[in-house]
Formats: sequence, structure tokens, C-alpha cells
Amino acid sequence: MKRLILWLPLIVLIAFVATVAFRLYGGKDDIVRSQMIGKPVPEFALEAAVKSHPALRVQDLRTGEPRLLNIFASWCAPCAIESPQLRELQRRGIPIDAVAIRDRPEDVAAFLQRYGDSFARIGSDPATQFQFALGSSGVPETFVIDGKGIIRHQHVGYIGPEDLDEITAAYEAAK
Amino acid sequence: MMAETGFVALWMAASLSLLQLFLGASALRPGNEALLRPVRAVAVAQGALISLSFLLLIQLFLATDLSVKLVAANSHSAKPWLYKFAGTWGNHEGSMLLWVTILGLAGAAVARFERRLPERTLVATLAAQAMIGLGFYAFLLFASNPFERLDPAPLEGNGLNPLLQDPGLAFHPPTLYLGYVGISVAFSFAVGALVTRDVGPAFARAMRPWVLVAWIFLTLGITAGSYWAYYELGWGGWWFWDPVENASLMPWLAATALLHSVTVLATRDGLRAWTMMLAVVAFSMSMVGTFLVRSGILTSVHSFAVDPARGFFILVLLGLYIGGALTLFGLRVGTVREGTAFDPVSREGALVANNLLISAILGIVLVGTLYPLLVEALSGEKLSVGLPYFNKAAGPLALLLVAIMGAGPLLKWRRDRLRDLLRRVRVPAALTIAALVAILMLAPGIGVFPLLGLVLAIGAAAASVAPLWKRNLRRTPLFTWGMVIAHLGIAVSLAGMAAESFFTKETLVAAKVGETVAVGPYDVHLMGVEPVAGPNWTAIEARLSVRRGEGQSFILAPQARIFSSPPTETSEAAIATRLDGQLYTVLGREDSEGRWQLRLWWKPMVTLIWLGGALVALGGLFALIGRVRRERRAAREREA
Amino acid sequence: MRAAIVFLLMLAPPAFAQSALPPSEYANRQLADPRQEKNAKALMETLRCLVCQGQSIADSDADMAGDMRALVRQRIEAGEEPESIRKWLVARYGNWVSYDPPVEPVTWPLWAAPILLLGAGIYLARGRFKRRKSK
Repeated sequence: MKRLILWLPLIVLIAFVATVAFRLYGGKDDIVRSQMIGKPVPEFALEAAVKSHPALRVQDLRTGEPRLLNIFASWCAPCAIESPQLRELQRRGIPIDAVAIRDRPEDVAAFLQRYGDSFARIGSDPATQFQFALGSSGVPETFVIDGKGIIRHQHVGYIGPEDLDEITAAYEAAK
Repeated sequence: MMAETGFVALWMAASLSLLQLFLGASALRPGNEALLRPVRAVAVAQGALISLSFLLLIQLFLATDLSVKLVAANSHSAKPWLYKFAGTWGNHEGSMLLWVTILGLAGAAVARFERRLPERTLVATLAAQAMIGLGFYAFLLFASNPFERLDPAPLEGNGLNPLLQDPGLAFHPPTLYLGYVGISVAFSFAVGALVTRDVGPAFARAMRPWVLVAWIFLTLGITAGSYWAYYELGWGGWWFWDPVENASLMPWLAATALLHSVTVLATRDGLRAWTMMLAVVAFSMSMVGTFLVRSGILTSVHSFAVDPARGFFILVLLGLYIGGALTLFGLRVGTVREGTAFDPVSREGALVANNLLISAILGIVLVGTLYPLLVEALSGEKLSVGLPYFNKAAGPLALLLVAIMGAGPLLKWRRDRLRDLLRRVRVPAALTIAALVAILMLAPGIGVFPLLGLVLAIGAAAASVAPLWKRNLRRTPLFTWGMVIAHLGIAVSLAGMAAESFFTKETLVAAKVGETVAVGPYDVHLMGVEPVAGPNWTAIEARLSVRRGEGQSFILAPQARIFSSPPTETSEAAIATRLDGQLYTVLGREDSEGRWQLRLWWKPMVTLIWLGGALVALGGLFALIGRVRRERRAAREREA
Repeated sequence: MRAAIVFLLMLAPPAFAQSALPPSEYANRQLADPRQEKNAKALMETLRCLVCQGQSIADSDADMAGDMRALVRQRIEAGEEPESIRKWLVARYGNWVSYDPPVEPVTWPLWAAPILLLGAGIYLARGRFKRRKSK
């Protein structure tokens, strides 16, 4: 017992070094993922973020076919970068709705004008409250919602060309 | 030429460090006693060379020699000289050089002045010190050469991060390094004593000044850092249990425990193995702290100059040094007798309780800081551990510790009687009870922690000065004054924390120009909001006319600043300091109706937090001077 | 320190891309009822800002932290208990969002640490004392 106590600090040190080395080399993962995957989209009804598109309510995500829900904002640079990929997804026949976070109609309109528009409906979330309800922690994020309104997949950060297949596969799986 | 000379001096210092290690190690072999003496000379020469190297780097920065890569990357010819000077260590390479320079100078000081220890233990200590230095020399020479040239030289340097251009920040790293190096010297003493199996009061007295030096600087570092966070972050908080804050707190806690256990060892020849262990733990904590801060492994607001590759290097050094020391500890300490056993009611009994509680708090901070990493590594689950955990887990222990701090110095060494102690604490105890009653009557609804904090602070403050009671103050030794002042400082700081947490008044408003809002005893009138510009920022500035009751009104001007490179927004709080507290004002953004967001706090007694910290450091300084003087006198008497 | 530390500078949070919309009403305004405000504040100090470098929502300038403060204040004003709001957020973001780790198997060692540490310390210290002989 006495002997063991003498070596205990060394054991603690080894545990410490192993843990942090794992973290240094296992890659640091700072992404906070939503815990809502597999659960229904919470009840909500958002006003239209821009005149050109209809508003978004929870019923619009329970249409019997899966849809993408893109969380974006006109003031967010990565959101502009992912717009070609959103167009590609739309070209592949995937319907996309969107929620604009803390945005003004004129800014959303200018954003769509400049970077293109792949969205069916755009809801406005001026105080981030719907985003909190989804468990989403930043912009942009993209959720795959199945036909019954259950959240099936979350993509955190912008969609790069290399992410297209992942999203498409998640969409197919939600059918 | 200067850069090359500096590089050569660095190489020579590193070689001497290697020589110091091997010479020291072989001198310890039986029959090699002749080698003992030269080790001291080598340590002094190493200190001189590394200082030369560092002075040359300072000169390169002062002259803004842009043909040196480090200068070009981190300085600018148009900077004020103070920031050119401080810019020397405002970067990775320069700060590493500063660290080894302080280490080398400390080694030279030990070699030059330490006369009490047996020669063998001293030489083993210097060898351990050389080994610590070698790791950092290797890092400098092979991976972060500060003297590297740039060809062709650029016409102008990149400048220093504007946020680093603050006199407080300029001297923050040297303060911390003095603390860490002091601890490393204590660690080397412990390793030296373990190697020669010579642990006793003489060793404790040799180690104590270094622990004190480290502790003074760590105290200053934490106190200054806390104040700085308080005014920089703009939300009125002074401690957030952020990983980087914890990284600074852990070495301080370990040094505090070590300071007290080394006193037991010096006075009563007890706690031998435990003191060795604490010296190793304190050094580990300073390495762990450096690692956590530099590697960026934990997310923190304070992180800066984060680099995983450098983090890995520090981790390797940490593993080697601490692993080696703990192995030595495991092998050797069984042969070190723990020394005298104590009577539970005695000064040393209280010091053991102090060590127990501080170590438990240290353990809690360590576990709380690293637990999220551990859980994520094992299960992938993400967890946050913060203020609620630390307050609940460590708070009660800290309060108990303060109570023991009040009573401990009133106990006699060796053996005392409980009845006598109760007699000695009756004035502080009566004050404590009076404070309890008064606070409950004046501030009903006060929380348990603030209440206990305030009450204990008052009792502990009274008990802290009690050792001076009925003594001839002019004949009281300086180190006793030091203890009294440091303990008083803890009580003062605790009073500030408790008062801040309960009595703070907060007003958050959106105000139109011309409106007046109240916060605590003050009326704050928003006179106007104007744009202003500084050398590398622009800002909007509010002019607040502030008045307390019928008193004279004065102006406060909080700013919301925007720096251009790198683009950063900061809130520059405007703070009015009064004897009984601080008024803290922050300007936020404008809303759609043209109202300005104002955050106002009246924080009674908040300055006591840092005043207490300064008192603690001052007490440490008195203790250091008192101890060194007494040792000198004893040495003279021995010679006479 | 806000800890001051070696190269640690207490920097202000990095500039986020911020929205053009002003902060939510309750992001920076207190509740009228001081008791409710006290509860809200205590809760905010223990919720982690989603987009910051390890700060609570109570001391962050980020819009998202402001909106979460608004969420907390609105729900408290509507009569919801602080712990129920915490649960609602944890259901969405996991335990990461709360600085107050729940007591469940994965955190048993964490919550047991104070007692274990103190116990180990007492066990080690126990041998240091001699029994008092009665006179």
C-alpha cells in the first residue's frame, strides 16, 4: 500500500500526458453538435425573411419528402461561399428551405441577388430563438429533415464541394 | 555581427549547461570530490553568457535591426522605445530566451551565494538545474533561433500586436517567469536532496528564499492578471475559472503549500517526504500551466501565441522532467524518514491542516480543468466544468482554510493547549460573531458564501494581526511582520470578493442622450456620444457626467474601440475608483431607436480584492528580507 | 487572472461577424422584478456562450450570447424555473452548454474528487501525528 502511494503521482502524470497527447494528435474537435438528431423539429412559425419567398412553418417540413434546412445569414461570409454548393444540391433535385438569422429583408434580398437563390421558403429568425430550439450553434449549418419532420442529419459549417456527397447520402437515407 | 555574437554566446551557454550536468553528475561519484568546486564556476559562467546573449537581443530590438528575422517580424522602427524593449520577449523565441536567461541567472546566484548546504547536495542541485536548462536550450537552438538573419532585410518591420502595447502586458511575462524559475530552483533543490538523501532543516532553509521569490511573483502575476481581466473584458468580472486562469492558480496554490511545509521542515524537521513531493508538484504545475496556455488544448479567452507543435515540445519536456523526478521520488523517498511526528494541537498541526486543504483545492482545480479533456478522450462526450463546480467543490474548503489561517499563527510550536488557543482567539471570535449579527441585520437575504466570506474575513483579519498583540513591535522579526501582512492580505482580499459578489449594483439600460440613470448611489447622465480616433484604433466614446448624491459631478468616458489590424473590437471601460468601491461603466451598441446601451456597475469594496493581493506579495517580500537577513547574521556568528 | 499568463493576454474577444440588427431587447436589459433578474443572472453565469472562447453568456459581447440572455430572461419572466431552462438547453446542445456538470455516472469521479482528495490527504496526514498521552 505504502509503496503504491509513492508511485501514484507518476501514474497520474502518465494519465495526464496520455490524455493531452491524445487530444493534441487525435485532433481537436471544437464542434458542438445538436442533440436534436432523431427528434422532431420543434413547433415553430417564422415570418418570411424576404418578400420574394414564402414564410416557413413546422408544417412545411412535414411534406412527406425529406428536405434540407439551411441556416444562414447575409452577414456571414462562409454562407456566401457555400451558395454554389447549395445550387448543386438543388440541381440534384433536393428541396432546400432556409432560415435567415438576425437579418433584414433588404439584406437577404441583396444576398440572394448576389450569390444566387436555391431556397423554396425562407423564414426569419431575428433573435436566434428558432436556432436555439434546433440546437444549432452557428451559421451556416444545414439540417436534413425527413418527410415526417424528424431531424436526421446536421452539417456544421459551410458546405464545400467535398461535402456534397455526404449531404446527398444523408438526404437519400432520410427518404 | 551582434546577432552572430548573441548566437555564439547562446551556444556557449548551452555547452556550459551540458558541462555543468556531466561535471556535476560525475563529481557525485565517490573519489571525484575534486570535481565539486568547478561546478560552481561553470554555473556562474553559464549565467554570464546567457545574459550576454539576451542583452544582445535587447540591443537588436532597441536598434530595430531589421536584418534579424525576429525583429522584422515583431517590431517596427516607429514604436516607442518601451515597446521595442518589451518587444524582445513579446514573441515566442524572445520569451524562451528570457526564460533560460532567468534560469541561468538563478543558477549562477545559487552557485555564488549558497553556503549552507553540503557541497554534494549543492552540486546535485546545480546539475538538476542544468538539466532543466538544457531542454530549453535545445528548443531555442534547434527550433526557435532568435538570432536568425533575414536576407534581404525588409524596409520596415511588421509591428507588435496592438493589444500587446500596454505597460502591464509588457512586464507580465518577466513576472511570471521569475515565479516559474523560482519554483524550478526549489525543484532542483528537491532533486539534489533526493539524489544525496540529505533532506533536513539546512536544506529547507536553503530552499525557502527561492520558494518565497517564486511565490511573491506568482502572487503579483495573478493579482495583476485578475485586475487586467476585470478592466479589459468589460463585464465587471474579475475571475472566471477559465482554463488559463486555473493554469496560473495551480502553481500559486502549490507554491503556497510548499512555503508552509518548508517552514515546518526548517523549524521542526518534519514533513520531509511531503515537502519533496510538493516541490515536484509545484514545478509540475508551472509546466502544466505553461503547456495548457501554449498548446491551446483548452479553449480560453486568454489564449495567445498558441502553437500545437510547441505545445508538444513542452509536453515532452514535462513528461521527461516530472516523470524523472517522480521516479526518483518513488525510488528514494522510501529511504527518507518523514521526520518528527507532531502533536495535533500545535503550530505544525495547523500547518499540516493548511497543506491538506490547499492540496485538496489544488487537486479540485486540476481535476475540474482537465476532466472535460478526459471525458472527451474516453467517451467522446463534451462537457463543461466551470464556476458552479469550482465554487461548490473548492469554496467550503477555502473558507475552512481561512479560518485555520487565522488560528494557526496563534498556536505554539510543538505542543499547545486547546484552552489556551480559545483564550487567544477570543477577540477575533467575538468580532466574528458581532460581524455575523451585524451583517444579518443590515443585509438580510445575503447568500451563505458571501456571508461566511465576509464574516470569516473580518475574524481572520483580526486574528492575523493578533500575533503582534502585546509585542514590542520594533523587536518583532521582519518575517513575522511578513506573515501577519500576508495573512491580513488574504482576509482583505476575501472581504473584497464577498462584498463584490453580494453588494454589487447593476444597471443595464438603453439610454437616449440627455437621459439620467441611477446605479447604486450614483446618478449617471449621458451627455453625448462622439467618435474619437487613436493611433491604431477608432472608437465611439460616451461622455457620462456622474454625480453621487449632492456631491461634485465628474466625467467618465467609456469607449467601444475598433482596432484595424488585426480587426478586433474591445470595450474600454471607464472606472471611477473611490475609497468605498468602484463605479464601472461600459458603452455598448446603439439600438434602432437611437438609444445607447450602457452597462453600469457600482461595486462596493471591490478594490480590496487586488489590494489584498498586493498585501500578500508585500508580506512575502518582508518575509524574504527577514529570512535572508537572519541567515546572514547566523552565518556571520558561525564564522566569528 | 483572467489569468494572466504567459503569453496570455487577456484579449478581448475576436471580432465576430455581427449582424446589422440591434441586440434583442432583453439581451442587455434587466427584468423589472429584482428577484427574477437575480435568478436569470445566476443562470446566465453558468451557461456557456456557443461562439466564444470559453466564456459564459453573462460576459460576452457576441450577438448569440445576447440572444441567449434574452431567451433566459423572457422565460424567467414567464415564470419558468431556471433549472428547467437549463434542461431545455442541455437537451439541444448537450452538457457542453452548462458550466454546472450534472451528477450522472460520467461525472461521478468529478463530483467525488473533493471528498476523495480530502480523504486521501487525511489518510496521509494521519501518520504524522502522535497520540496525545494523558498526563
